[in-house]
Amino acid sequence: MTPLAEELLVTFVKIVIVVGALLGGFSVMTWVERRSLAFMQYRLGPNRTGPFGILQPIADGIKLFFKEEVMPVAANKWTFLAAPVVAVATALLATAVIPYGPPFEAFGRTLQIQIADIEVGLLFIFAVTALGVYGVVLAGWAANNKYSLLGGLRSSAQMFSYELALGFSWVTLILAARSFRINDIVDTQAGGFWHWNVVVHFPAFIVYFLAATAEVARIPFDLPEGESEIVAGFHTEYASMRFALIQMAEYINMITVTVLLANLFFGGWHSGVPGMPESLGGFPLGFVWWGLKVAFFLFVFIWLRGTLPRFRYDQLMQFGWKVLIPVAAVWVMTFAVLWVVVGGGPR
Amino acid sequence: MMIDAVLFYVFAAIAVASAVVVIGQRNPMYSAFALVVTLCSVAVIFGLLGSPFIAVLQVIVYAGAIMVLFLFVLMLLNVKREKDSPSRGQRTLSGVALALVTVLVLQAGAVLLRSRPTPAPDYDASTFEMAKILFSPHFLYAFEATSILILAALVGAVVLAKKEL
Repeated sequence: MTPLAEELLVTFVKIVIVVGALLGGFSVMTWVERRSLAFMQYRLGPNRTGPFGILQPIADGIKLFFKEEVMPVAANKWTFLAAPVVAVATALLATAVIPYGPPFEAFGRTLQIQIADIEVGLLFIFAVTALGVYGVVLAGWAANNKYSLLGGLRSSAQMFSYELALGFSWVTLILAARSFRINDIVDTQAGGFWHWNVVVHFPAFIVYFLAATAEVARIPFDLPEGESEIVAGFHTEYASMRFALIQMAEYINMITVTVLLANLFFGGWHSGVPGMPESLGGFPLGFVWWGLKVAFFLFVFIWLRGTLPRFRYDQLMQFGWKVLIPVAAVWVMTFAVLWVVVGGGPR
Repeated sequence: MMIDAVLFYVFAAIAVASAVVVIGQRNPMYSAFALVVTLCSVAVIFGLLGSPFIAVLQVIVYAGAIMVLFLFVLMLLNVKREKDSPSRGQRTLSGVALALVTVLVLQAGAVLLRSRPTPAPDYDASTFEMAKILFSPHFLYAFEATSILILAALVGAVVLAKKEL
């Protein structure tokens, strides 16, 4: 095989693995979320389909597939159809530059489950999530329904505001790693857990966590959907598989920010315990640490949903612009000065 | 490389086609969407030229930030489809004529000045190299002055929009 064909084949296999894992993760997450929320609320949740209800996502999929596709008469047909596609496409695109687990040796070469290790990795994710808002805005506008439009408006304002804080929270990590590549940022956190960015850049972690929750519109920042206020917000008029696509985009976005959280702030695949062996019987243990971190933070998002009420719209805007962004900006300044004066920063 | 050339023509065609939609479309929402497509295609061309940083900035700033604001205003004001006016054919004709004249003048200028399209210089356009150039004494003052200009425009906009602060 020519090197180009080999490269294309490897990339293709990676795409299949990542997209497959994300779609599988999405369906499992819907079940985990419903069961966990139910336990938090003294209910049982879906427990009838298969052992512990684990087959519920399949039943849901079949149900959604056979439901009638309804489109409002006054809807803008093509935009209405395009919106879920845009949402899923941007959600999947962002996952292309994220490393899932450590590099490992196999088939005589070093491999890593990461589709494209590009130089501007973090900025690429930032750009694609910025485009992700179009899916929601289009959905809200095209349905020609007042509740949908309100949801779409809220969503565009919210994502726009919290994107700034999200980007700001990455600045100090990029400075410290001197690179936009996610792999480089993970590598700065090798060694003991006190090297993790959550310790070194604690204010940035707080800002990232809150802004990311708002960015994926999870409770307490789920105003674009706000079912007690605006029915279901931007996806009020969506049913059947189109609704499923919108849900899928939301869950994939949530998985993306969680994987980023583990990679950027919690050492990625580094165990954080000095002297821990790299692999056990040829199996890279990094996958275990990484998987545990991702699973824990996915659970935290569900936990938050079962715990917190929703923000009011004006509180949301106040918090984003007057608390998160100033905190992030001050931390960038503070870190830059400390880095040069105390740490080993550039002179 | 062969693939680069194919990708360039594909995305250049998409950029031009969606740019035509931006000005030809009567519905302002469609115009805005088409402009997003144009901006993203131009970003791909920047990427093909070997500058991923500029490509990503193009998407973040224009497609991600500015166009979302445009759409926000369009949705908030609920701008309707533009009404057909009786002089539409006349205006289309004059627009096409003006575009042709512009192309001819530019081509004539290029021929007169004997300038030829030059291939992109073969230099390292990585983010690091770009930052070194941007923060070198040659460009630093212009760069910082631009950021002050943008800040002044921002403060000006807030003052104009908010009667009472």
